[in-house]
Amino acid sequence: MTTANAAMFHASSLNHRNARVQTLYRILFGMMTLMLIAPVMLILGTLIYKGGAVISWEFLFTAPTDGMRTGGVLPALLGTVWLVMVALLLSVPIGVFAAIYLSEYAGDNWFTRIINLAIINLAGVPSIVHALFGLGAFVIFFEFGTSILAASLTLAVMTMPVVIVATRESLQSVPQAFREACWNMGATRWQTIRKVVLPNSITGILTGVILEVSRTSGETAPIMFTGAVFFTPFLPQSVFDQTMALSLHLFVAATQVPGIAEEVPFGIALVLIALVLLMNSASIAFRMWLRGKKKW
Amino acid sequence: MANSNTAPGVAMAAGGAGAFDRRDLDWYVDKAVQAIVFLCGISAIVFVLGIFIFVFKEGIGFIVEHMNFREFFLTPYWFPSDADDPEYGILALMAGTASVTGLAMLVAVPFSLGAAIYIAEFASGKTRETLKVLVELLAAIPSVVWGFIGLVIMNPLIIKWFDVPVGLCVLNAGIILGLMAAPIMTSIAEDALKAVPDRYREAAEAMGATRWQVTYKVVLPAAKNGLLGGVLLGVGRGFGETMAVLMATGHAVNIPDSVFDSVRALTATIAAELGETVVGGEHYQALFTIGILLFLVTFTVNLTADLIVRGIRKG
Repeated sequence: MTTANAAMFHASSLNHRNARVQTLYRILFGMMTLMLIAPVMLILGTLIYKGGAVISWEFLFTAPTDGMRTGGVLPALLGTVWLVMVALLLSVPIGVFAAIYLSEYAGDNWFTRIINLAIINLAGVPSIVHALFGLGAFVIFFEFGTSILAASLTLAVMTMPVVIVATRESLQSVPQAFREACWNMGATRWQTIRKVVLPNSITGILTGVILEVSRTSGETAPIMFTGAVFFTPFLPQSVFDQTMALSLHLFVAATQVPGIAEEVPFGIALVLIALVLLMNSASIAFRMWLRGKKKW
Repeated sequence: MANSNTAPGVAMAAGGAGAFDRRDLDWYVDKAVQAIVFLCGISAIVFVLGIFIFVFKEGIGFIVEHMNFREFFLTPYWFPSDADDPEYGILALMAGTASVTGLAMLVAVPFSLGAAIYIAEFASGKTRETLKVLVELLAAIPSVVWGFIGLVIMNPLIIKWFDVPVGLCVLNAGIILGLMAAPIMTSIAEDALKAVPDRYREAAEAMGATRWQVTYKVVLPAAKNGLLGGVLLGVGRGFGETMAVLMATGHAVNIPDSVFDSVRALTATIAAELGETVVGGEHYQALFTIGILLFLVTFTVNLTADLIVRGIRKG
């Protein structure tokens, strides 16, 4: 580089000022990001510290005793597993098919736009309104009573957008050329979807399903009046039984049980948050692994 | 879609021979699946309509028989369980919801926009990936856990720091709700920033603009609508949040004078009272009427957000 060139590229005072402003904003926004994340990390740390003291195999695998003041979380934990499983059985097939429709069949028109708007609304309607819907529709109108079935149906309707959105993204990431090649062989639309599109996107769909497990297991309001109860000494035997649930159990232990040992609700909160975050991390890890593996 | 409406003769001509007639088992399976897929595709519409119809059905009795619009919207007296003269005024409840959501947005909007700008425009590589994962995980914390945090961690802190008798108040719920809505808004805002084509940034950088100048003069104006849509969706979330505000507001029917007053939100009222009502009774129907109101407001907010976000895609 000649001297002339060096002079030409020499930073002017304006450049210096711009660089300073730039650094200032970088620090400002970095601090904002930090202030968003740090308090929550501190809070989570407190939960782990206080809740960790009561967590044991016994806490996980025994029922509450002494009017829920002591004892473990087993019925609530099992109840949550029931609710999530039944909800998945209902929402995953419908959600995946809905995503197939949106990705493979629907055109870019007003009708598709209405469907998309409905999906956004399904995710955006307050959870307590979903609870009212579940009560009015499943508990009363369809006469399922307050049962796992009614609660799971409510949860399924509420969390279906998670599956739809994840599946649609995963389907749309399969290159169009794959489909065209298959059509050219004379395959029908469904044969193409089943043999080419789904196998190439199944892992992405699974990511969405795991994410939905995470979302569903934390929900409280939708199950409060549709199937989950404050306390029941029985473990659920069928989908028509009522059940305890981890999320509602935390609410009850934190607000409705006088004289409860301080660390018990911390323990419940920790179990719930561990369940939700583990599932969520699994989904994220799965997605990253998938991205690294992708051949196209 | 291939040959469904083609006359047999044309199909022969196109396929050349009967052996190529596509109306075999696979053809019927294809049509059947198409019908099923379509039904599932419209399920979201069916469910949204179902929510509206069933909530409306349970609440309509109150609107028709007992509701006085003036009293319902303009008085702050909510005494639904008074045996002689129950009163259903939701003004105080609306004030509670509005104050908590408003404070939450004051906390969440600047910080999540800042964080989104940092993640999308300034951070790179490993830092960006880590931050994105963290934000996603924060968004996953269940609302009942947030409520619990408000109850057992924020409550004593507020009492200690501000020397007030009760820490369950607008401030507590506002901060909790803000922390809760922020990750969601950050994700949406970051998506909106990422949706701005890189060639805009490259063009500005080629003119000698710094990263901040590019962000401020080019990226932010281009992503304006997406960001606004994200903020609106955040407002909708805060407005409809139930468990956290139930546990952190103090749940007292009250029009707040300061951030240290306890309030009660619309959503929390339903959650707290529905269990003790008689199915079909006046109180029960009144709670469903609040539900109709919540549905209509969130529906409008979501629709507006969608229209704003779609607006730029067209333009």
